[in-house]
Amino acid sequence: MTTSATAPAATSPAILIEAVDKWYGTFQVLDQVSLTVATGERIVVCGPSGSGKSTLIRCINRLEEHQAGRIAVNGVELTDSVRNIDAVRRGVGMVFQHFNLFPHLSILDNCALPQMLARGTPRREAEDRAMQLLRRVRIAEQAAKFPGQLSGGQQQRVAIARALCMEPQVMLFDEPTSALDPEMVKEVLETMVSLAEDGMTMIVVTHEMGFARRVADRVVFMDTGRIVECAGPDEFFDSPRHERTRSFLHQILH
Amino acid sequence: MSWPLGEFPIMTMTTAIPAAAADGPPKRRRTPILQILFGDLLAAGLTVMTGALVLALLPALRWGVLDAVWSTADPGRCGAGGACWAFVAAKIRFILFGVYPADEQWRPLAVIGLVLAMVLVSLPPRHWGRRLLTGWAVAIGAMLALMWGGFAGLPFVSTANWGGLPVTLLLAILSLGLGFPVAVTLALGRRSRVPVPRFLSVLVIETIRGMPLVGLLFISSIMMPLLLPAGWSVDKLGRTLAALTIFAAAYLAEVIRGGLQGVPGGQMEAARALGIPVWKAVWHVVLPQAIQKVIPPLTNTAIVMVKNTSLVLIVGVFDMLSAARTAASDPVWPAPYAESYLFVGAVYFLICFAISLYARWLEGRVQEKDLR
Repeated sequence: MTTSATAPAATSPAILIEAVDKWYGTFQVLDQVSLTVATGERIVVCGPSGSGKSTLIRCINRLEEHQAGRIAVNGVELTDSVRNIDAVRRGVGMVFQHFNLFPHLSILDNCALPQMLARGTPRREAEDRAMQLLRRVRIAEQAAKFPGQLSGGQQQRVAIARALCMEPQVMLFDEPTSALDPEMVKEVLETMVSLAEDGMTMIVVTHEMGFARRVADRVVFMDTGRIVECAGPDEFFDSPRHERTRSFLHQILH
Repeated sequence: MSWPLGEFPIMTMTTAIPAAAADGPPKRRRTPILQILFGDLLAAGLTVMTGALVLALLPALRWGVLDAVWSTADPGRCGAGGACWAFVAAKIRFILFGVYPADEQWRPLAVIGLVLAMVLVSLPPRHWGRRLLTGWAVAIGAMLALMWGGFAGLPFVSTANWGGLPVTLLLAILSLGLGFPVAVTLALGRRSRVPVPRFLSVLVIETIRGMPLVGLLFISSIMMPLLLPAGWSVDKLGRTLAALTIFAAAYLAEVIRGGLQGVPGGQMEAARALGIPVWKAVWHVVLPQAIQKVIPPLTNTAIVMVKNTSLVLIVGVFDMLSAARTAASDPVWPAPYAESYLFVGAVYFLICFAISLYARWLEGRVQEKDLR
């Protein structure tokens, strides 16, 4: 286990989810969920609210604990071992619906400080890397400002840069555009598209079906804690197999 | 339902001020003074009451200024109905420095200067950091060394002879400064999911908060020496400081806990998702935000603690208030207690008002950063 924590086997999938169950009290949020994500693959997860899609990706970096089944990231299995959890979190970046930037830190520090705290990167090096990624999300000129002074779209791009600073192999997006004004959705989606084009392994929970069609390798539809349908975007949108998927797509595509 | 444009109430209001559209916001006309004072029933009532108050204070003005004796070397000239400010002038060294040896009083004076200098350096938040903290530790050490003496030709002065303003300042700064880390620990303990630290924190906080400070001072100055093993002794000033510190810690802990509760859970989640270890996340992400949120109640506690130090006179520590009381009981002067207390009150007011002003400025700065 210790060797695989530092040097993941090349053959293992980026993310392996196997027969995972999770309950909140007596309410089952995840019901026998299985999903394997290959390195470089882009998955979009959709479904009605309460279907367990956010819970699923929050289990992948252990913000939530699953109670049965297996989850392994880059060959490291998520157990109670703090060491494994840290190893997984180092390799998995996450972007939240409400950005969760640190409001008391400047944009630059938001990106630099986590590197210093999580891996002991020297400040100079952390700041260089932060600036490099802020340039990549085209927001470097705002580096000295504080989160409260930026628009929602800008904040979300900073959040993406902050996650990328940790050099993750996998990026998780939990409804990254749901809290944004409509005119800011595009700038965030474009950033995500360019990330996908660079070959990042991504799992994106979103209702942006245009993004799913353009970027996803597979689209996963969840309902009541189960994966109902999982297919390539053309098949998923043009000829969904399940009635539940059809009625969901009908509702969100007017 | 549709409003014809001109009839829409807000529209008619804006068109009533034609100049506004052309030259930006309209200039507010000055309200006539009579209208301010007697414009409506409330204003008139307040004016009459304020007037009555001023009239009632006139005798005090006469006592404090017109009939006052400002300077005299002869105590006998005081006591003719006016305030005896000459007494304060004559006794100021005693009130400020207590029974500290007269030839060595430059030392407590230097301590006051050092406190002022350190406070000034600490004002801008960009100076805050490890270096400033070290600076304070060194400065406090220097102050205590200066007060004690016993080195480099400075005669030794026992804490029993310390007194006045330096004692007040040292007690206030040290009880708040030492109490703060304890308070943070207690607040985090109380929010902990682990039962043992949570229970201990609740126990300490609620016990201390349920006790009057005077009681705590008695316990520390009278009971503690009895409980310590024979041969052990802790200086009276030290015991008093311990009581003040734990008292400040309990109150600060509750304030900080309020701040911790105000930090959204997403902050900790984001820190964990980034792989930041829990304690570093608490220290660098959660605590700074929590403390920023509770600057006003922290100020309040700081002010209360500055004033609370005056209670130490009950256990015989010679702070500024004790010194003032002792000074006024000098039989040579005609018992000028009012003047003595008023002077000390003014010093306390200056300290507390300054803290208050600073906190307001600090709060404004935090809000500027948070332009949501």
